[in-house]
Amino acid sequence: MNDPGWPLYEVFLRGKRGLNHVHVGSLHAADAQMALRHARDLYTRRNEGVSIWVVASADITASSPDEKDPFFAPSGDKVYRHPTFYDIPDSVPHI
Amino acid sequence: MGFDTAYEAITEESDDQRWAFGTGFADPLAGVDTAVPDGISRADLGAYCLMLGDDALIMSHRLQEWLARAPELEEETALANIALDLLGQARLLLTRAGYADGSGRTEDDLAFGRGVTEFRNVRLAEVRDADFGGLIARLLVFSTWRLALLDRLRGSADPVLAAIAARAVLELTYHRDYAAQWLLRLALGTSYSRDRMTAGLAEAVPLTAELFLDSDLELRLSPRVAVRPAELRAEFDAVLAEVLRRAELAWPGGPAQPAPRGMHTDQLGPLLDELQSVARAHPGATW
Repeated sequence: MNDPGWPLYEVFLRGKRGLNHVHVGSLHAADAQMALRHARDLYTRRNEGVSIWVVASADITASSPDEKDPFFAPSGDKVYRHPTFYDIPDSVPHI
Repeated sequence: MGFDTAYEAITEESDDQRWAFGTGFADPLAGVDTAVPDGISRADLGAYCLMLGDDALIMSHRLQEWLARAPELEEETALANIALDLLGQARLLLTRAGYADGSGRTEDDLAFGRGVTEFRNVRLAEVRDADFGGLIARLLVFSTWRLALLDRLRGSADPVLAAIAARAVLELTYHRDYAAQWLLRLALGTSYSRDRMTAGLAEAVPLTAELFLDSDLELRLSPRVAVRPAELRAEFDAVLAEVLRRAELAWPGGPAQPAPRGMHTDQLGPLLDELQSVARAHPGATW
């Protein structure tokens, strides 16, 4: 590849009623300010968001698929880490 | 979820689970009284909405020509969004024009059923772009001028025109920002991009003076319903001066021969041939 083009950015959106930003996709842009505008144009066309974060894909440190088992498997049999051993009163909704 | 149609799915206000598809779409004319207020000439109001609608319709079409030709996929979507915003403004304004003038013509009648001499758009909206730099210059001039105009029309005595303007101002603010950002990038980029941007400005300049010509129609309707274009010049000049100062560019001077609305370049005819091709081939067709 002679010309790699613009670098890749990852886009995170928070919806009107959403509490957190959610990853929605990626795009190319020359810099972060352009990425923000591209994100507005590509990912909020259908009224999806009220807040945008962009971050250069190169700045993300990701867990490796090779380490998947040592990373995540040990929690698979630790059911006692879930708070499921007591009754929830009927008067407390949304748990 | 509790919705029966796809449309309900995206308009369902109370459904917070489907946020990724967007909710809370709003009709800009919801609750607006569409009757023409007493004391306003229906013919004049219709003609005024027609020319504002034509500006948006023709500019939108030129922007649509960039689809599949834009330099980057992301820019193509940005230009499509801007074109769609303007098309939305055109639809509302042409509908208002056909209602106000009493002719009963629909937006489609007006967009697809008129000949080139009946279009009232400014020439800036109809000219072809030589390149991306030309597009950015033209879009900056167009959206700066139109934003100044519609910002003032939010106070129009015609409630429909005021409501259309209130929505359009938010759209045009983004269009102007988009064009200004690109002008800065091109002007401060390489010597090549700077030359192209300068050339683009030189193309737009001769079509700028006529944006500020007062017509008899606007003089009759202002200040209650319409805005005198000459009043927009100071704001336009101030905005352009600030953008150009940051871009370290000068506004290219040059002789201008301002043409009133209704005068067109030879580029509008071919544009309408394409815009109206389906309507001409299949008169009265519906989806």
